[in-house]
Amino acid sequence: MTAAESATATPTAPIVEMRNIRVSFGGVHAVDNVSVDLHAGEVVGLVGGNGAGKSTLIRALSGAHPADGGEIYVKGEKVSISNPRDARTYGIETIYQTLALADNVDAAANMFLGREITTPLGSLDDAAMESATREVIGRLNPNFQRFKVPVKSLSGGQRQSVAIARAVHFNARILIMDEPTAALGPAETAQVRDLVTELKSQGIGIFLISHDIHDVFDLADRISVMLHGKLVGTVDKDKVTKDEVLAMIIIGKLPEQVSKAELETLTT
Amino acid sequence: MPEVRPVTEATHKGAPSKRSMRSLLASFEIDGRLLGMVLALAVVWVVFNIVSGGLFLSPRNLWNLSVQSAAVAIMATGMVLVIVSRNIDLSIGSILAVTALVMGLVQTEWIPIDLGLGLNQPYIWIVALAVGIALGALIGAFHGFLIAYFGIPSFIVTLGGLLVWRGASFALVSGRTIGPLDSTFQLLGGGPRGSLGETLSWLVAALAITGLVYGIVASRRRRRRYGFPLRAVWADVTLGVIGSLVVAGAVGITNSYPWPPVLAAEYAKEHGITIPPGGIPTGVAIPVLIAIAIAVVVTGLATRRRFGRYVYSIGGNPEAAELAGINTRLTIMKTFILMGVLAAIAAAVTSARLNAATNGLGTGVELQVIAAAVIGGTSFSGGVGTIAGGVLGAVVMQSLSSGMVLIGVPTALQDIVVGAVLVTAVGFDSYLRRRRA
Repeated sequence: MTAAESATATPTAPIVEMRNIRVSFGGVHAVDNVSVDLHAGEVVGLVGGNGAGKSTLIRALSGAHPADGGEIYVKGEKVSISNPRDARTYGIETIYQTLALADNVDAAANMFLGREITTPLGSLDDAAMESATREVIGRLNPNFQRFKVPVKSLSGGQRQSVAIARAVHFNARILIMDEPTAALGPAETAQVRDLVTELKSQGIGIFLISHDIHDVFDLADRISVMLHGKLVGTVDKDKVTKDEVLAMIIIGKLPEQVSKAELETLTT
Repeated sequence: MPEVRPVTEATHKGAPSKRSMRSLLASFEIDGRLLGMVLALAVVWVVFNIVSGGLFLSPRNLWNLSVQSAAVAIMATGMVLVIVSRNIDLSIGSILAVTALVMGLVQTEWIPIDLGLGLNQPYIWIVALAVGIALGALIGAFHGFLIAYFGIPSFIVTLGGLLVWRGASFALVSGRTIGPLDSTFQLLGGGPRGSLGETLSWLVAALAITGLVYGIVASRRRRRRYGFPLRAVWADVTLGVIGSLVVAGAVGITNSYPWPPVLAAEYAKEHGITIPPGGIPTGVAIPVLIAIAIAVVVTGLATRRRFGRYVYSIGGNPEAAELAGINTRLTIMKTFILMGVLAAIAAAVTSARLNAATNGLGTGVELQVIAAAVIGGTSFSGGVGTIAGGVLGAVVMQSLSSGMVLIGVPTALQDIVVGAVLVTAVGFDSYLRRRRA
């Protein structure tokens, strides 16, 4: 544990704690002994360059690719997450960078994929699902009108709305957002930012993965930095500068370890 | 595939102001592609009818066409789902042969001779059918298991299956022909005796029309309960009327085809009746009824059940389906089980029609079925295809081949035409889709 992290520790137990997580592909340690945590109503930014292992770490939490080693605690209880269904039962929802939408079916079918509403006889209750979808997406994106078309014919922002609606509809307590604004225009990015703030105020804990340090600085409470599969450290956003975080991302040194000269070479 | 249309446009109450094709289709909420296929089929029928001097659209030929299409249509419904989930099943012709032989053996040897219960017992047909369906399901499950859980490509597994089950068929009977079959079982194949007759056919038509109207009303009521935009009343009424007319017309045609005179005379003597002036109406053939029932059931599976939703999602984006927590492997395995069951039912229909089962039965039928699915708009890139399209594709294929026989096209040329039509249809379809996108 770093000094910075213990300084921000709150008296309540973290809603998620990942301890000593290891994931390897062949002989490569994509994630090597990484520990991060997240409290309710908190946004933790997870940053790092390409191949730093941030997505891989988070895929261990979402069940997309289970960890090879380490422990995951949800609300203080040790859990085992071996597939996306496990993650969902613990209230962990994920918005993937690719959005993970089935392009050929409509918004409602995507929102309820794997968790369809059925009639007592086990048939799909499409009307009920469409109704719920209209309600949720209408709140997120009032301009959204195209509920009956395959999502492939929607714009990037609309597709994002569908993916976000899916995550928030099922009462997520823990939300993972992998590069949520990477494919969006300025207006839509602003919308996502508002949403993050709102969800946070509802007490949802959010892991925000991004390589855009400005995004992270605006939204996150704490920032965890990864480099080459290892955790460089977790810092309190209010106590560091962007340049210091940049130094962590690029040369893997904590603010107290980095020299003035190194900082200057980064910023020029 | 749902049509592309903003929801707000659906609320108009009266007739459409702009009578463009697109807005008209939009108010009916009909898949434009399916309608295009119906039109193409109509063109094929009219051309054949003109060239054959009115023979093609005679009740007799249309009735035969319906019976000949049944087996391929039955299997095409399952093949659509297999292809939608980005797989293929090349083994169905061989599954058809082996299940037909086992069903044949059950009714001609195993029950009557080996168990000593005698021929033509009233229960034999259903036992044979159940054994055949169970075997088809088992073979499908085995293929599906290898594909879904071992990750062997479906092309390879079912290509192997094509060889294995064809060989097994020969080994099972040493090349013998199994027949004649149980007299009740034979009814599954159609023919005048294997048809419903006039009264029952009209009863079926009445049931179908009731179902159609109920479906329209129920869907309207459901949408109103949630306050969704409703389809215009005139569109719903028109749809109901057209649908009912098509059902009544089709049944009317089957009823206007009389039994062949010799058979009719025999039947009249057996039952001590006199043949009415127009002959005995044949009515809807049982295999056609089976095919329609299967198309309705599989459409329900595809559109109204989780299974179908998952099949389409897997076809659209396998990774997304996996991340959504869907058991993709089990879903894939189920599509192959369904395919095996349908191949067995098609086997019953085919062998019953021939009144015999041979180890060569169904050779090459997998290609006809795949062609039917593809002509019906099923996309090999996955996620796209409708059951109705597959059935229509089967009718198109059968119309082409029997139409060409009727007008005396040489066999070699028939194959060339069918092949060319297949490629042209798919090419035209992907051209249209690219333009629309």
